Amino acid sequence: MSWETVMGLEVHLQLATASKIFSGAANKFGADPNSQACAVDLGMPGMLPVLNEQAVRYAVMFGLGIDARIGKRSIFDRKNYFYPDLPKGYQVSQFFEPIVCEGVFQVPLSDGSLFSIRITRAHLEEDAGKSVHDRFPGQTGVDLNRAGTPLLEIVTEPDFRTAEQAVAYLKALHSLVTYLGISDGNMAEGSMRCDINLSLRPTGSDSYGTRTEIKNVNSFRFVEKAIAAETARQQELLEDGVSIVQETRLYDADRDETRSMRSKEVANDYRYFPEPDLLPIVLTDDYIDSVRQALPELPAAKRERFIAQYQLSDYDAALLVSSPDMAAYFEKAVTLCDEPKAIANWMLGDLSAALNKEGIPVSQSPVEPQNLAGLVARITDGTLSSKLGKQVFEALWQGEGSADQIIEARGLRQVSDTGALEKLVADVMSENQDQVAQYRAADSSKQKKLIGFFVGQIMKASKGQANPQLINKILTEALDSD
Amino acid sequence: MNSLDLSSATAAQLISALQAGTISSLELTQAYLQRIEKFNPAVNAVVTIDHEGALASAAAADQARAKGAEGPLTGVPLLHKDIFCTAGVRTTCASKMLANFEPPYNATVVEKLNAAGVVTLGKTNMDEFAMGSSNETSYFGPSFNPWDLKRVPGGSSGGSAAAVAAGLAPLSTGTDTGGSIRQPASLCGITGFKPTYGRISRFGIIAFASSLDQAGPMTRTVEDAALMLSAMCGLDANDSTSADVPVPNFQTALNGDIKGLRIGLPKEYFSDMLNADVATSIHAALKELEAEGAILVDVDLPHTRQGIATYYVIAPAEASANLARYDGVRFGHRCDNPTDLMDLYARSRSEGFGGEVQRRILVGTYALSAGFYDAYFKKAQQVRRIISEDFKKAFEVCDLIAGPSAPNVAFPVGAKNDDPIAMYMEDVYTLSVNLAGLPGLSVPAGLINDLPIGLQLIGRPFDEETVLRAGHRLQLRTDHHLKTPQLGADQS
Amino acid sequence: MPVTTEDVAQVALLARLSIPEETMEDVTGRFTRVLELVAELQQVDTDGVVPMSNPHDMEQRLRADAVTEENRRDKLQKPAPSVEDGYFLVPRVID
Repeated sequence: MSWETVMGLEVHLQLATASKIFSGAANKFGADPNSQACAVDLGMPGMLPVLNEQAVRYAVMFGLGIDARIGKRSIFDRKNYFYPDLPKGYQVSQFFEPIVCEGVFQVPLSDGSLFSIRITRAHLEEDAGKSVHDRFPGQTGVDLNRAGTPLLEIVTEPDFRTAEQAVAYLKALHSLVTYLGISDGNMAEGSMRCDINLSLRPTGSDSYGTRTEIKNVNSFRFVEKAIAAETARQQELLEDGVSIVQETRLYDADRDETRSMRSKEVANDYRYFPEPDLLPIVLTDDYIDSVRQALPELPAAKRERFIAQYQLSDYDAALLVSSPDMAAYFEKAVTLCDEPKAIANWMLGDLSAALNKEGIPVSQSPVEPQNLAGLVARITDGTLSSKLGKQVFEALWQGEGSADQIIEARGLRQVSDTGALEKLVADVMSENQDQVAQYRAADSSKQKKLIGFFVGQIMKASKGQANPQLINKILTEALDSD
Repeated sequence: MNSLDLSSATAAQLISALQAGTISSLELTQAYLQRIEKFNPAVNAVVTIDHEGALASAAAADQARAKGAEGPLTGVPLLHKDIFCTAGVRTTCASKMLANFEPPYNATVVEKLNAAGVVTLGKTNMDEFAMGSSNETSYFGPSFNPWDLKRVPGGSSGGSAAAVAAGLAPLSTGTDTGGSIRQPASLCGITGFKPTYGRISRFGIIAFASSLDQAGPMTRTVEDAALMLSAMCGLDANDSTSADVPVPNFQTALNGDIKGLRIGLPKEYFSDMLNADVATSIHAALKELEAEGAILVDVDLPHTRQGIATYYVIAPAEASANLARYDGVRFGHRCDNPTDLMDLYARSRSEGFGGEVQRRILVGTYALSAGFYDAYFKKAQQVRRIISEDFKKAFEVCDLIAGPSAPNVAFPVGAKNDDPIAMYMEDVYTLSVNLAGLPGLSVPAGLINDLPIGLQLIGRPFDEETVLRAGHRLQLRTDHHLKTPQLGADQS
Repeated sequence: MPVTTEDVAQVALLARLSIPEETMEDVTGRFTRVLELVAELQQVDTDGVVPMSNPHDMEQRLRADAVTEENRRDKLQKPAPSVEDGYFLVPRVID
């Protein structure tokens, strides 16, 4: 029996507003417990919600970013259940009429192809607080700083079939929301949380199996592993003829398996009904248009433009646009030095490697665009040999100044003066007359190997500053003559 | 103390006296505090007295007046229904759940009345969490009708009504979700007004049913009610349901006649079911309005009866969610030694809430639950719109709708506790007004066997002015509103 | 439709209320009476009628995205039954 994994993803995105969705308390990560929870967030008697304009704007921006139909009239609903981190005993969400309706998201896969994922809806809701279970013996501590943080819940159709697609979607989502500036989209910090709905069915079947929900997976890597673990678990059960229990599960990274969430065992009937303390959000066409006008260039469009404008490969373009900071860095560097291919190579090669090693984002790179541009310019105009480029890059990284300053300070100017080079070649040849004879006696294929010896000697003598192309020409001529 | 009879004094009279300097705010406040001490044990209308705060406010009021910096209500004593959060002063909603709750904030209404200069004497008794029509479900024991202490004052603002009737304060605030200002006003022979939904901010008012709750004044006269309204009304950015409409001058609105004003009489309100004595009183009051130039017309409110069912789905449903926050975690009653989370919730809530509150939470939860939502809640919301349309249609041919505020005079304590429906019927004339969000006034319309009955006037949305003007006209012609129960008669 | 004590117990669980055994009959009886009243709604023809949540069909106002609340933790936690190190405490919850 061959099985097909069918998945839908629900992503909860924390919106990067200054204040909460329904109150004027600050929306910042990491504050002292309950220091950012005002009376409204605490659900104290008589308190009432007022809607944050920026949360609405961000939701509309997202909807436009995925070409979705915007819900011009959307309402809030109460989702009723009891939990200590839910102060009012209900979560204000959108159930019946969400602010963003159906859309389609084109996700670039690693092979360069595009995978189409249907977005069912995206809606606004408030986040709950946090529970701390291991700090107070026998008790759970509740911190409501996070209660009231605006969330955008993005729901997909069950169109995913592989973990690769799921991870690509999450990466593309991260890219889109950082471009829009609506969220940090940071899974590790919890500003982007992913729930996976997963079921199996026999390959070729078009009905759906019973699904489980794996909640709050907080890294791309864990998403892959959770999908693998749950698929394996369900497959084993199904092959044994055991039916799948529809339930909520958690991924346990230590054991690389999913387990049932005990706290969700009590059946929950959420009893959704329209929130009477809030009124319908009504969006005019003018408002939606004004939001559309103000949208930044989105990743997909930018990728297309980079390919066309800079003649970059699909692969390079996709990598460069994956973060708005990378793309901006690239374009700034190219304005200063019109060598897009070279700049791209340096960025995707040495720069990315150095950033990854330090674990810092490109916005914190010690090598700024103008410095990288300076380096590339000097290689292009022959001042610096490409071999020495790495050395200069490292010096730039250490903050030794601009490329020109480093070249000057370290005396790295490439020697391209023909006269000087001819002398260099002549010196090396006269110091290695045996090898010269060997070369002249050898056949052409062996000569190709032997010439490396001379090039090496010349480079050593010139401390790497000899212009390699010119050396090759002069050396070959000199060796071949006589 | 001079010619002021505090058992019947109006705020308007007190303001004149204060302005004339015949009495100081401090003296006035002390006098009312003494009255509360003397008469409250019998009526149990006041549950918290804030001596210190009141005397301090009174002193400040006198100072303000001396400087010529007095506001419209400076120095006038007032009682707040114990549903309005008063910072630093216990606010209980007459529930064990909040018996020791001191809010760290004031309700917007409290702030506004403070800014107008009132002297808050304390908090009044009510039905627990505003659920009731008799003030019998209070954790602090029932409140009693000053006209007959064996009878109920009505509810849920029973304490406020009894307090004003007994002259414990000239002014009181109430809230009205299905009739909770108008019905007790009717039963206690005072004036009670529920403005249009959205006129007065709900911020800081402990919520019962969010789409129905409205605060309002409970006073001796329409004139006093207008005074309070001017201070209480206005857009509040903290309340999303607060309406962005200009606040008219309610005092000048009282002036002018009602010649040609069409008053609609719904045939459903005047059916054979209406008690004959009540009908007589109401018709007599209507005759007075006719004598002032009003024209009586017949109208139809065909879903009056279904209004009760509609209300008793929507209100408990909204309440079931509004009361979920009372879980023993951040405020309110917590049971001793909870063994686990479920125990914490179940015991704190079952200990903290009285029987009627628990029963309404159950009904509300049921009406929203899977499989029943469409048949109950959604259906009720649809009938709500139909009822609202009924009123719109009626207002095409009239400017006000009139009828009794309650089906009968005050009933004996305990008389309606066995059958929930019998109790719910008390609000048959008032409930629909909340469903449609309209302004509704109850003014005294006479006594039946020494027990008051009120006339209800209902207006178009945001047309408080017409309602008040008509009510004021009636009070210029009749003296029902001047009658006071024997209980509070000044025996000093 | 008659409602049983089991139905009421189920609803009570959803509402986190515990109804004592001895009052269950009474509660169920009153509950049934209310449902009988509510059944009257079925008589009304509501075909095509849009449900009404707010009596004036108002639209939601938007608030500018600004921090207007400062840290008032001590004041706001004063009414709390059990607080430690700034956390609200409840019996241990196992996830």
